[in-house]
Amino acid sequence: MSHKSMNLTLHVWRQKNAKCDGKFVEYKADGVSPDMSFLEMLDVVNEGLIAKGEEPIEFDHDCREGICGMCSMVINGRPHGPKERTTTCQLHMRSFKDGDSITLEPWRAEAFPVVRDLVVDRTAFDRIVAAGGFITAPAGTPQDANALPISKENADLSMDAAACIGCGACVAACPNASAMLFVSAKISHLGLLPQGQPERYIRVRDMIAQMDAEEFGTCTNHGECEAACPKGIKMENIARMNRDYIKASLTYRPATSGGGGAG
Amino acid sequence: MDLNARIPDGPIEKKWEKHKFESKLVNPANKRKYRVIMVGSGLAGGAGAASLAELGYNVDCFCYQDSPRRAHSIAAQGGINAAKNYRNDGDSVYRLFYDTVKGGDFRAREANVYRLAEVSADIIDQCVANGVPFAREYGGLLDNRSFGGAQVSRTFYARGQTGQQLLIGAYQALERQVGLGTVKMHNRHEMLELIVVDGVARGIVTRDMVTGEIESHIADAVILSTGGYGNVFYLSTNAMGCNGTAVWRAHKKGAAFGNPCFTQIHPTCIPVTGDHQSKLTLMSESLRNDGRVWVPKKKEDCKRNPNDIKEEDRDYYLERKYPSFGNLAPRDISSRAAKQVCDEGRGVGETGLGVYLDFSDAIRRLGKAKIEEKYGNLFEMYERITDENPYETPMRIYPAVHYTMGGLWVDYNLQSTIPGLFVAGEANFSDHGANRLGASALMQGLADGYFVLPATVSNYLAGLKPGVRPAADHPEVTGTVTAVKDRIQKLLSIKGTKSPTHFHRELGKIMWEYCGMARNEAGLKKALELIPKLREEFWKDVRVVGENESLNQSLEMAARVADFLELGELMCLDALQRRESCGGHFREEFQTEDGEALRDDENFCHVAVWEYTGEGQAPVRHIEPLTFDNVHLATRSYK
Amino acid sequence: MSVAEQSIAGAEARGHGFMASSVGRKVIMAATGIVLFGFVTVHMIGNTQAYMGAETFNGYAKFLHSMLHGGGIWIFRAVLLAAAGLHIWAAVTLTLDNQAARPVGYRTQQSVASTWSSRTMRWSGFILAAFIVYHLLHLTTGQAHPNFDHANPYANFVNGFKVPAAAGFYVVAQLCLGLHMWHGVWSVTQSLGLAHPRYDSLRRHFATGLTFLVVGVNISYPIAVLTGVIH
Repeated sequence: MSHKSMNLTLHVWRQKNAKCDGKFVEYKADGVSPDMSFLEMLDVVNEGLIAKGEEPIEFDHDCREGICGMCSMVINGRPHGPKERTTTCQLHMRSFKDGDSITLEPWRAEAFPVVRDLVVDRTAFDRIVAAGGFITAPAGTPQDANALPISKENADLSMDAAACIGCGACVAACPNASAMLFVSAKISHLGLLPQGQPERYIRVRDMIAQMDAEEFGTCTNHGECEAACPKGIKMENIARMNRDYIKASLTYRPATSGGGGAG
Repeated sequence: MDLNARIPDGPIEKKWEKHKFESKLVNPANKRKYRVIMVGSGLAGGAGAASLAELGYNVDCFCYQDSPRRAHSIAAQGGINAAKNYRNDGDSVYRLFYDTVKGGDFRAREANVYRLAEVSADIIDQCVANGVPFAREYGGLLDNRSFGGAQVSRTFYARGQTGQQLLIGAYQALERQVGLGTVKMHNRHEMLELIVVDGVARGIVTRDMVTGEIESHIADAVILSTGGYGNVFYLSTNAMGCNGTAVWRAHKKGAAFGNPCFTQIHPTCIPVTGDHQSKLTLMSESLRNDGRVWVPKKKEDCKRNPNDIKEEDRDYYLERKYPSFGNLAPRDISSRAAKQVCDEGRGVGETGLGVYLDFSDAIRRLGKAKIEEKYGNLFEMYERITDENPYETPMRIYPAVHYTMGGLWVDYNLQSTIPGLFVAGEANFSDHGANRLGASALMQGLADGYFVLPATVSNYLAGLKPGVRPAADHPEVTGTVTAVKDRIQKLLSIKGTKSPTHFHRELGKIMWEYCGMARNEAGLKKALELIPKLREEFWKDVRVVGENESLNQSLEMAARVADFLELGELMCLDALQRRESCGGHFREEFQTEDGEALRDDENFCHVAVWEYTGEGQAPVRHIEPLTFDNVHLATRSYK
Repeated sequence: MSVAEQSIAGAEARGHGFMASSVGRKVIMAATGIVLFGFVTVHMIGNTQAYMGAETFNGYAKFLHSMLHGGGIWIFRAVLLAAAGLHIWAAVTLTLDNQAARPVGYRTQQSVASTWSSRTMRWSGFILAAFIVYHLLHLTTGQAHPNFDHANPYANFVNGFKVPAAAGFYVVAQLCLGLHMWHGVWSVTQSLGLAHPRYDSLRRHFATGLTFLVVGVNISYPIAVLTGVIH
């Protein structure tokens, strides 16, 4: 643990709301301790702004332990900053040097409009999940949990994908602002489990349709998403999604007139 | 005040079933004519909103985050308890019930706890059906681990992210309903007031956190699943946005508050590093399965490299004091033991407020790979925050505020003292008594959301005429909206000199000092002097920059801190009046010779239920007596 | 702000079709990519006969033109044209979509995982398209050739590459082909969902190996002519 403090220069994107134009504003962050988290450094800057009667920098944050997925900023051109597998809230100032200049920008994507400053609207992700990212299982009396054995390998792979925190760093990092890592993580999470099989192919069609409707870009296999993901979600999921989508499209049959029933 | 808990009669194992059968039902065609408001989207709120919508009701669900998936249930790491007895180690519904009542130091309501244990097994089934990827063994069956306060292995987990996985399961069920149009989700909306018409909860007033618009929402029933109020301490393991506003506003409108002083201090958190600290990070209790807690026997060893301290110079104090539970002693006991050794001057780390959690024995026994598989992500998290490698140097941990057992008083139906206002999850007081056992919060949240609310809210709605709700221009509604607007204007117009965070930090210091891990009469009286002064200063000198009509986090914070400044006072008052030690509530005056909590069942075997009586007036303390017909009221021992 | 304000695509949008969907067009890119890379590889192998002299080479050309009574080559041409057309259509529409997906860019953006090859796909592709047009006019139809002889492909080959500017353009185009293939071949497997950790390194090595083979041999032709190895 070191005690020397650092002086930094911040270039922060300030934008009043979705309709206004934004611009970069320079701030000084002096006396920053290396033990501070990145957001605590911003807290200190904001306290200084409030003391001067200026409006503080707005940024999304909540749990500050790397799991809620709320924090979201591009730090020097990298979503969540320079440290691998680390969210902004878990990034500590010891990753920076005295005198560093830091550029802070919001996630940039048509599907993630800026709400204010570094805060963006990520409800597009919710709508993608609402379109099919679930297993239909109403609360009631489902079968015993152990009645459905799941191989450890599949349970682990499913868990790897389910670890996604929905922060949107994949979209922010992708040169095409594609959401395929996020979408494929959900499709893998559910598609690898036996419970997820009945809806597996309709899910992939519905979620991709919604993803396209939200105007995210398309994967061109750069791999930036995987590198930016704070939870280490793999691009293998995108391949799995593509596989399922091909199968779903090739075997798609229009709904028959079934349903209804006697009585 | 009507404090009838409405516990169904009959033997404890038949109560819930009997109650469900006796509950009234709503005709399927009529269900869509009812509207239910759910505030909060965590385990209780998310699961509850999804399940009620699944039944056919229209649900409006509110959360202050940008997505319901961010609710702080997501941060729970270790696991969820269920009486499945998959291990054949003697577990049963009755044992889980017994452990929970005992763990709560006999200050919880028996019937509620039994129901919780009863539905625990269904929760696991439901979550698996929803696609929660619980840890599995090679044979494909579910794996279990042990948690504090239990001698059976009944905790189900998904790596160190159990809360996340359970929440995502509930979130997916909720989003499915959003897609079907039965739930309308209101993200980035904060409830600022409850609307009560003719003594019945009829809606809420919210602020759209993006546009600043103050809106009223009318419904047939209102459910608060807004979590705990641990952030009253400023530093806690809660998320930054967690707040007590919803429950406090409901309290001021007539909902009684149960046991506000019951706070859980979690023993394994990463110690504070400096004044800039904004929150504390928990290290899962599951680590105590394999980690051994110790401090040096001699004060002069505290600053030495822990790896250089010889085995005989180490004090494994939990194993020494509680040989049968050892490192898995319940949270309140472990926390207090840590405080004691630090008070003796044997704490480690720069501040002296820390103890070691050492994995070297486990690594020697099981190998590094096994430890990495079990706790890898937690170790990674620790290293990221502290820059120390826990595979090589023991972790340093210290207790921190984690959970509030207290909350709005509810009856067996989870209904508060305001008809039509239900309270679920951590926001209510009901299931954990004076101390919550590890892996029981997730269980309670989902029990309330998936199983209890759908039955009890339906029963309530069945007694209402379908489709009859107050109009938006009802004087109570417009009056409440105006009151909220006035309050916001007041906060903006003070234009003082200190930020809301400043007041929050000051309040936190008072609360931690006088109403934290150990409390005494003098200290609590001191706090009761300091808090009103701080509150007065707040309303004179707070500085909220910006305006209402846009995203303004400093305004949001100010409104929350204003409520914490009132809630904190009630907590101290409750702690002062409860002249006994029990669970997380430790009064220094009431302890045994060896420093254990000394309960007073004769005078305090009850729930303290506080009634708000008006601005500037002393709240009134009522009691709900607790009777123990199924569990023998005994001194809790983990020795 | 709330979710319900924007509609969920659901069942009606589900039918928005394979060709219109992002993943569908990626699959078309990949499938047509296989046809094109396959052709490029076969083309490279066939041309090695230039090292065997005029007779062999012209015989090979004659064989190509007489397959299936002369119909074979037209089938090949039709398939290639369709593949190239679809490939370009998918590339253009996806590129436009991708640009629209990020209307405001970053002040700074660090690349961590992407490669120069992956980032320049649209430029290498554009140059390749231009090259193909030139290549057809040069050695298939002859308009861009100094002294084209329909009856003697070998002479066309040798004489064509004797012009240093033409040879230079061929070399540049082949380097673009290399850039395009190195990312493209790997990308095909990803887009078609052929990913498995056991075979991941194999995918990379296959892309690298094929790229070096095709580009290396193709570049050798103009160089061989200019240095007099083929004459």
